[in-house]
Amino acid sequence: MSIPSLASGHEGGVMDQVQGYLRRVKNGEMGALPAIGALIFLTGLFASLSPFFLTKLNFANLFVQAAQLAMLAAALVFVLLLAEIDLSAGVTAGVAMAVFFLLLRDGWNWVIALAVAFMVGALVGFIIGFFVAKVGIPSFVITLGFFLGFQGVQLILLGEGGLFRVDVPEIKAIMNSNLPEIGGWLMLIAVLAIAAFLGFFDRFRRSRKNLPNRPVVFLLAKLGLIALGGGIVIFILNENRSVSVLPISGVPIVIPIALTVLILATLLLDRTQFGRHLYAVGGNAEAARRAGIKVNQVKIMAFMIASSLAVLSGLFHVSRIGAVEATAGRTIVLSAVAAAVVGGVSLFGGRGRVAHAVIGAFVIVMIDNGLGLLGLPAGVNFLVTGTVLAAAATIDAVSRKRGGSGLFKRRRPAKTTE
Amino acid sequence: METPVIELIGVKKAFGPVEVLKGINFKAYAGKVTALVGDNGAGKSTLIKGLSGVQPYDEGIVKFMGQTVSLTDPKAVSRLGIEVVYQDLALCDNLDIVQNMFLGREEIKNGTLDEPTMELEAIEALRSLSVRTVQSVRQKVSSLSGGQRQTVAIARAVLRSAKLVILDEPTAALGVAQTEQVLNLVRRLAFQGVAVIIISHNLSDVFKVCDDINVLYLGTMTASLSVTETNQNDVVGYITGTKSVEE
Repeated sequence: MSIPSLASGHEGGVMDQVQGYLRRVKNGEMGALPAIGALIFLTGLFASLSPFFLTKLNFANLFVQAAQLAMLAAALVFVLLLAEIDLSAGVTAGVAMAVFFLLLRDGWNWVIALAVAFMVGALVGFIIGFFVAKVGIPSFVITLGFFLGFQGVQLILLGEGGLFRVDVPEIKAIMNSNLPEIGGWLMLIAVLAIAAFLGFFDRFRRSRKNLPNRPVVFLLAKLGLIALGGGIVIFILNENRSVSVLPISGVPIVIPIALTVLILATLLLDRTQFGRHLYAVGGNAEAARRAGIKVNQVKIMAFMIASSLAVLSGLFHVSRIGAVEATAGRTIVLSAVAAAVVGGVSLFGGRGRVAHAVIGAFVIVMIDNGLGLLGLPAGVNFLVTGTVLAAAATIDAVSRKRGGSGLFKRRRPAKTTE
Repeated sequence: METPVIELIGVKKAFGPVEVLKGINFKAYAGKVTALVGDNGAGKSTLIKGLSGVQPYDEGIVKFMGQTVSLTDPKAVSRLGIEVVYQDLALCDNLDIVQNMFLGREEIKNGTLDEPTMELEAIEALRSLSVRTVQSVRQKVSSLSGGQRQTVAIARAVLRSAKLVILDEPTAALGVAQTEQVLNLVRRLAFQGVAVIIISHNLSDVFKVCDDINVLYLGTMTASLSVTETNQNDVVGYITGTKSVEE
């Protein structure tokens, strides 16, 4: 068969693909590129300024801190994709954790108590989604209402006491214990296996339909990068990072938990009808409605998922400090929005991935961590984080104009076939 | 006489005291392009909204392929095989061409999206319309020109094996070359045996591509003409109400 007149973007050799990618980047589909650049820059900067930054202990710290923020940022991806926001995600998690604590105090089994906490999260998400989708209140306003109201609920449920200890070893272990050495490697093998399976299965399905595939080197390179990057991380985490006599080593338990949820969230967005509809509603709700998509259902679902994932992030926090806080979740939600946007999730809806939120979370955590190590005052930290967020939002807005079909669109010169 | 794909008999619609459609008779045949013209406020949009099920008629009979049907639900209408391509196109900029063409009716396999099947069918649908202007079916719609977007919207109707495709001002926002392309596309669509209804203000387009012309004037169908039997001046006369046919 001759070359089909309609391409699918998978044709051509390595160079064609690279050129196609560069063209898309130039047209504003930058994704996480700016954030990855920032990560590299920040690593170099802090490594050169602080002797502690690249220590094994701090390296592990970065991952543990990022896990909590990344989970909340990933939660927000689901609503940001709809061009909505959930300012109450943090305090929703706080309320769910307060319920968790109360049930534990009443002698409930921790697994059941945790299940109830997640149900509380999902229910809150449903209510917010209902107000946004059916009643038509802007999510900014309704979630601001929840943000304020739930701070009160937390205080009423827990009292003003501050910290309430949670003595469940399994919960504490999430952030404070590590996998045995072999566990880290098994985790890496599992991730590689999933990536390889999906990659080769997609190729198989395409070739069975006689559709062209990208050169296989791209898939191999991706797998190689995962193996190399993951391998380095796990190797370092498996070293003894203790500064005292007792050795500490291994991948923190939170990592495989977070990774599993993040991968599932990614698959949900990328490969299911719900995910496709979520992007569609975020891109053009009216078009989605005319295409027969139940827009309200999609919105409510998105808020439910966001709140549920937020509860998981809240659980990580409880695990880290070994207690439920009456004031939990007030500030972290703003950092999570920042993380998602810095990572390349668009505030205008329809563009962004879970991975972007994760990368953004690392940027935010790294700024916090690095500036802390340098002993700079907290004011500088806020200032820098704010500036980075403003920069990311600017990139978002500018690239949207460039990629969009609106007034500001810059026509591609000459190359159109029309 | 061949059965029309769609036939309206004595269709009426009023908004409060305002009668917008005062008993419309209308037919569109398979393989033919039927124009619906009329000045602003003549009732074109109301007629189309009734056909799409968005805003059902108050009175009158609607026959689809000879069967009396009631068009009250957009989804059911679409299931019958009636597709409306709106003027504002209703595409998602952030999705690619394949994703847009299958929006709302994605192919599913083992609970996940069957991308290869969708891609293949999208390519086939575009090819059946001899579309050559699109570089890649995996291009984001945001990177397409107005004509290409119109093409995608029309191809979506083909993909859904529509029997009746209604195009609302398909060339309104297009340049000369793109208009030409879209009109060719419309002809090919009709050639595939689809009944096409075009709503347009542009009479030269109408005369280029249509077989029959129906003129709405203040809620009544003042003329149903074959292109071969009339000319632009006459049609303008009917649209502005200075001319009328007594039947």
